Amino acid sequence: MIGKAAILLFSIALASGSLQAQTLTSGLRGATPLDQEGPAAPMTPMRNTSEREIRNYPEQPPVIPHSIDGYQIDINGNKCLSCHARARIAESLAPMVSITHFMDRDGQFLASVSPRRFFCTECHVPQNVVTPPVSNDFVDIDTLLSRAAPGGRR
Amino acid sequence: MAALAGGMPMPALAANLVTERDESELKWDKAACRFCGTGCSVMVATKENRVVATHGDIKAEVNRGLNCVKGYFLSKIMYGHDRLTQPMLRKTAGKYDKNGEFTPVSWDEAFDIMAEKFKAALKRRGPSGIGMFGSGQWTIWEGYAALKLMKAGFRSNNLDPNARHCMASAAVGFMRTFGIDEPMGCYDDIEATDAFVLWGSNMAEMHPILWTRVADRRLSASHVRVAVLSTFENRSFDLADIGMVFKPQTDLYILNAIANHIIRTGRVNKDFVAAHTLFKRGQTDIGYGLRPEHPLQKKATGAANANDSTDIGFDEYAKFVADYTLEKAAEMSGVPLNRLEALAELYADPKIKVVSFWTMGFNQHTRGVWCNNLVYNIHLLTGKISEPGNSPFSLTGQPSACGTAREVGTFSHRLPADMVVTNKAHRDKAEQIWKLPEGTIPDKPGYHAVLQNRMLKDGLLNAYWVQVNNNLQAGANSTEETYLGYRNPENFIVVSDAYPSVTALAADLVLPTAMWVEKEGAYGNAERRTQFWHQMVTAPGEARSDLWQLMEFSKRFKMEEVWPEELLAKKPEYRGKTLFDVLYRNGEVDKYPLSDIEAGYLNDESKAFGFYVHKGLFEEYAGFGRGHGHDLAPFDSYHRERGLRWPVVNGQETRWRFREGSDPYVKQGAGVQFYGFPDGKARIFALPYEPPAESPDSEYPFWLSTGRVLEHWHSGTMTRRVPELFKAFPEAVCFMHPDDAAELKLRRGDEVKVQSRRGYIRTRIETRGRNKTPRGLVFVPWFDEAQLINKVTLDATDPISLQTDYKKCAVRIERV
Repeated sequence: MIGKAAILLFSIALASGSLQAQTLTSGLRGATPLDQEGPAAPMTPMRNTSEREIRNYPEQPPVIPHSIDGYQIDINGNKCLSCHARARIAESLAPMVSITHFMDRDGQFLASVSPRRFFCTECHVPQNVVTPPVSNDFVDIDTLLSRAAPGGRR
Repeated sequence: MAALAGGMPMPALAANLVTERDESELKWDKAACRFCGTGCSVMVATKENRVVATHGDIKAEVNRGLNCVKGYFLSKIMYGHDRLTQPMLRKTAGKYDKNGEFTPVSWDEAFDIMAEKFKAALKRRGPSGIGMFGSGQWTIWEGYAALKLMKAGFRSNNLDPNARHCMASAAVGFMRTFGIDEPMGCYDDIEATDAFVLWGSNMAEMHPILWTRVADRRLSASHVRVAVLSTFENRSFDLADIGMVFKPQTDLYILNAIANHIIRTGRVNKDFVAAHTLFKRGQTDIGYGLRPEHPLQKKATGAANANDSTDIGFDEYAKFVADYTLEKAAEMSGVPLNRLEALAELYADPKIKVVSFWTMGFNQHTRGVWCNNLVYNIHLLTGKISEPGNSPFSLTGQPSACGTAREVGTFSHRLPADMVVTNKAHRDKAEQIWKLPEGTIPDKPGYHAVLQNRMLKDGLLNAYWVQVNNNLQAGANSTEETYLGYRNPENFIVVSDAYPSVTALAADLVLPTAMWVEKEGAYGNAERRTQFWHQMVTAPGEARSDLWQLMEFSKRFKMEEVWPEELLAKKPEYRGKTLFDVLYRNGEVDKYPLSDIEAGYLNDESKAFGFYVHKGLFEEYAGFGRGHGHDLAPFDSYHRERGLRWPVVNGQETRWRFREGSDPYVKQGAGVQFYGFPDGKARIFALPYEPPAESPDSEYPFWLSTGRVLEHWHSGTMTRRVPELFKAFPEAVCFMHPDDAAELKLRRGDEVKVQSRRGYIRTRIETRGRNKTPRGLVFVPWFDEAQLINKVTLDATDPISLQTDYKKCAVRIERV
């Protein structure tokens, strides 16, 4: 497996180095020609664990590691808070909503979670069990600080 | 451990924490979000020429520290593994070939072939043979540089932005009712109002941060009401006090019925109406913007003068809407009568302040301009306009659909500051600012978005440049029009993009493009707020900004090659010069030295051209609007401010236009003045219900509506390269009512064909989740390039705005 990948990488490097013809492809569309339509990918299940995922940077809203199928978040109630509210976490062992969520537009803390943060899914999203066809080369700050060459890939 | 193993010195640390300030310090700068028209400000952290974090800007009035999930992942949008880093040309055996394989070439070779093809098209057909399709995601100076290049340089009005798909009906609606474009109110209306009405706008997903402000207002103040209208139940219904699912196109009926209800119950604000409005009867039977040979076009008696109207009085108007009762509206729309009554009362009750929001449900509509006019009617009849909390508010889709597409005027009929190419005085003014001879700018509108695709297919538009959009995925009826146009052997297609989009794959030449904070930028949001950002990192490989591409390409053209002798004779000093000299080295654009660039920031284009390009372009552009109701502040101030809402006069921004005390353009003592028209009055339009272009029948029994989802921006080229966003909504699905699915013996997850008269896609059935469609309607989002739903849609447009209706066509659903 490793050998194969290395050969592939090597040949890509060769091709781009010598200005050979190389087809432009879209990993997101796949191999289907533009004037045809390919089969639809099967639906994938939602990841459903209690194991948290690390964040790319501290300001990133954490993704939801569990399924939220059927959760009510509407004018009549917010199901997420039944575990993530300050008063519920001892029992639920879920992480408490961040203290930033208690602040109003002017940065003042309210007695409870600010209504501007009411709809959790504007920022927090569950994850399907699926491998994205195109990877991402974002480098997090810890990796960057411990790196030899400044600027990384560039 | 890895650092030690590599023999690297360890940063100073307290056990396991980096504590040394120059190691741990990040450089934070503000930028406007790359995505929707809300215009959130984002703080961007950079280290060693890379973006390492982003978060919502607490100093920004728009979002006060919040971002939506897309905004929070901005840090990763530039780092998709397949970034384009060198120009790619289709070649066979070392030479350009339309059917060749993409091959890396130098910028020189790319511009050589491109110039050759543009010159050949100009020679063959004149300025109508070339065209450009731009974007509401262009920065302001990119759009302005493109406008100059096309309209002044090449003398072609074949320039249109993808904002035509998005905001054209709103823009034309403003021009028809007020004589000046863009909302009179601002986001401050949200905290000041008692009621929100959403007309075809799923703000919960499409304007998430504005939705946090609406939710804050609704949930903080118990008297506030939220009414939501849509052709299917979406996430905005989660906050609705009055939820209404109506049959497609019957919004026209509901709007007129509300006006009628206001009149019948004696709640017209008579003083306001008498002082500030006029009444008009609009042209009817205006067709559907289809090809002229289409039977529906041939049949339409009013198509030739779709934008015409005649004067009427209040009584005639009242008589016209008298047929539109709430009872009949309930019957036509399928909305229960008591909900329509409650909705109508939000407008009619003089004690209730009301904000109307709308986006694509109104604008992508074969009668989209009418919808815009009709909602203004309601606000004008009651005088609920241009004051805090009373606000008809057209929301913008793209981050700079207002700032670039509309204000700069990158449409086929427009010039900056609401001027048009068909008006001699407007052309004179532009030619004077641009130091061009009289008669340079052609006086006929060029090809608009949909027409560009038709002309490409017909082989009449032969050299074509696409920037910052993905129109093979976004344009309707791509099976019969777009794809054939791009692959027509007569044509040479250039696509500038950061990633290999499907449009890039269909092109002949692909130019690798710098994006977002890899260049200095400016966007203008939906509340007239202009926001700037600095270049923070360099683009990968040989990627260059759209601005650099436009300006560098202009060096390839001598004036003699693009202007006729009689025009050059009026400006003999331009002989022997290049388009670059005349357009960008004109004593204005090149006026500001590199030393004006704020210390500590990159600026690749300015470095390349030797002057502060962005400042020069902006200041020349601002000359169009200053003193004419579109005043922009001095360039440098925008780098300091979290944006300013125009008109900015004497350093003061304007929150409510047309209102004395808030808008400096209103005459003293006028109170309210709709100064877009010389008579200072807004127009109330009598416009009827007319049917959609295509409706379900026995062969194609379902309505198809298309749209977006929260997690993905437009065609997904950026957001689907962010793994967290990809996994949140991996592929498009077909949302369908469970009873419809059961009747077709389909279950959730089954693969189906969504088939129209034009084309099909293969997708999966979704009977649960965020969108609950009524029976007889399906919804398919368009972000997924593996499921090109615009192969299926119909390229019918509003005949006045020429904007496509992406919300209504007929399909059948078949098991695969």
